[in-house]
Amino acid sequence: MALFHLSWSEIGQHVVNGITLGSIYALIALGYTMVYGILKFINFAHGEILMMGAYAGYFFYMALNGEGVSSLSLFLFLLAMIGSMLVSATLGVIVEKLAYKPLRTAPRLAPLLSAIGVSIILSNLAAFLFGTKSKRLDYPFPNETILLGNVAITPHQILIVVSALVLMVALKLFVDYSKLGKAMRATSQNMNVAKLMGINTDFIISLTFAIGSALAAAAGMLVALEIKIYPTMGTLAGLKAFVAAVFGGIGNITGAMIGGVLLGVIETFGVAVLGIPQGLRDTVAFTILIFVLLFRPSGLLGKKEKEKV
Amino acid sequence: MLNFLSLLVIYIEIYAILALSLNLIAGYTGLLSLCHAAFFAIGAYTTAIGMTMGGWNFWFSLFVSGILASMLGLVVGLPTLRLKGDYLAIATLGFGEVVKNIIINWDSLTRGPNGINGVPTPEMFGLKFGYDTPFAYVLLYALFVAGTYFVIRWVVHSRFGRALEAIREDEIAVGAMGINAVKYKVVAFMMGAFFAGIAGSLWAVYNQSVAPQTFDFMLSVLVLCMVVLGGLGNSLGAILGALVIVILSELPRLTGLTSLIPAQFNQMFFGLLLILVMIFRPQGVLGRKRISYETEVARILERRSS
Repeated sequence: MALFHLSWSEIGQHVVNGITLGSIYALIALGYTMVYGILKFINFAHGEILMMGAYAGYFFYMALNGEGVSSLSLFLFLLAMIGSMLVSATLGVIVEKLAYKPLRTAPRLAPLLSAIGVSIILSNLAAFLFGTKSKRLDYPFPNETILLGNVAITPHQILIVVSALVLMVALKLFVDYSKLGKAMRATSQNMNVAKLMGINTDFIISLTFAIGSALAAAAGMLVALEIKIYPTMGTLAGLKAFVAAVFGGIGNITGAMIGGVLLGVIETFGVAVLGIPQGLRDTVAFTILIFVLLFRPSGLLGKKEKEKV
Repeated sequence: MLNFLSLLVIYIEIYAILALSLNLIAGYTGLLSLCHAAFFAIGAYTTAIGMTMGGWNFWFSLFVSGILASMLGLVVGLPTLRLKGDYLAIATLGFGEVVKNIIINWDSLTRGPNGINGVPTPEMFGLKFGYDTPFAYVLLYALFVAGTYFVIRWVVHSRFGRALEAIREDEIAVGAMGINAVKYKVVAFMMGAFFAGIAGSLWAVYNQSVAPQTFDFMLSVLVLCMVVLGGLGNSLGAILGALVIVILSELPRLTGLTSLIPAQFNQMFFGLLLILVMIFRPQGVLGRKRISYETEVARILERRSS
């Protein structure tokens, strides 16, 4: 059975490309879902944190490695990734303290607008500091395709999927089994009760922002491997990752991972199978969003929330 | 200088119509919509295409622009207005991006990224509008602002408008009263979209050209800034917001400091303004402070005990 006009090897190729794209979405979606799980608000500036992380990673990698590919390149790339994760984590915590913390008790519109404000500031700051011309991250190793049967895989795709997978598994283990992870889950269930149980909820919130932002920075560097770095790159990446988070069930970490990968695969197939023009590929994501919100607002793995009077 | 001043006034007038119409949606009905730029774009493109390719006259294009924008409002509103709060914001944002993408990609109709040039200017009472008659624009557009203001005032003071405000305050209670909240929200959304379409039409005939990059997400945010700054649910506030923000964004040009102040600073300033207003005066300059049930009960209890 071939899907419409596609051969099996073409389907395999689209699955590979879709999973690569999707694992990046999943990594970004984790930040949204964690913040939403705890504070019940969409951190609109998440995509801009990703962009800042990508720039930080670019500068670290340039300082460490310079031009060209050496035998140490992959190691230095991972080192630069850790550096950019630290920078973004700090930035995420600062943003939370300045722009969101004063609004914790305000109506829900307030933090959302404040987050939009932060995203405007960050993307314009980047345009001012780094210029509007896009930058290209040099490859940590030659990007020659490896053939698996008729399916072509590039080393970058392997790097993207493997690093995304490692980070996601690490996060899942941290949240499920560590003491801090437990405190995080308690805070997301009921902040006041968690506070009464002696959990420092302010610290947990900062930690959530730090982890989410660090994951976004890693995703930013992986995005940079595939496309270029520019000041407004975060907006669309952030939006699509949000779609992924809603798709999987917002507030649910496993859901965000599944939603991200599914979105990547669906988007790739939408372009290939339905013949959607490249310029309209983002439209696929938003159409999915509308349908998910309409028919299953709690997402694939989310719990249904009852309206309380 | 006189020309520049009239341009400033005309922009304020166009943005005031946008802010007034968004205020009906976001302020009175409490729907956080982030696709106002899309309605504006539909209006502008309808007029531009109708007048250049269809040979329509100004008034007809204006009317069709408003109607098409409100039709788009219906298309956007029917699925998304069942959503609440943040979800609605994201869904409308998505729709805004979709509309912009379609405009950029539909080359045969919209001429893609280049936009449409040579939109004819209005002609009435034997007067041909143009860059040499700035005051004609100022006067005509002032009439439109006043018209929008009074229509919206009439709407919000009607039975319908009170239902909208009730929806904003408590949608569940409104449902319990037997009011179909979604229907009311969709109609309010369509009305807001109608006026945004009119504003788009006015924009197209004044600039005599339209281009897709005008209608990006930033424009929706800018209009939202105006509404929030002036005070959600206050029509005069929306006009004040438009006045303040247009003047602020043209400040570098007004003072002749364009070379000293980079363009990004302006936008960063808006971002900062949004955050500061949210933290220190969430109800905006002219907005009423919201009385919450809890603080009101606390106040009454305190008075009893003293």
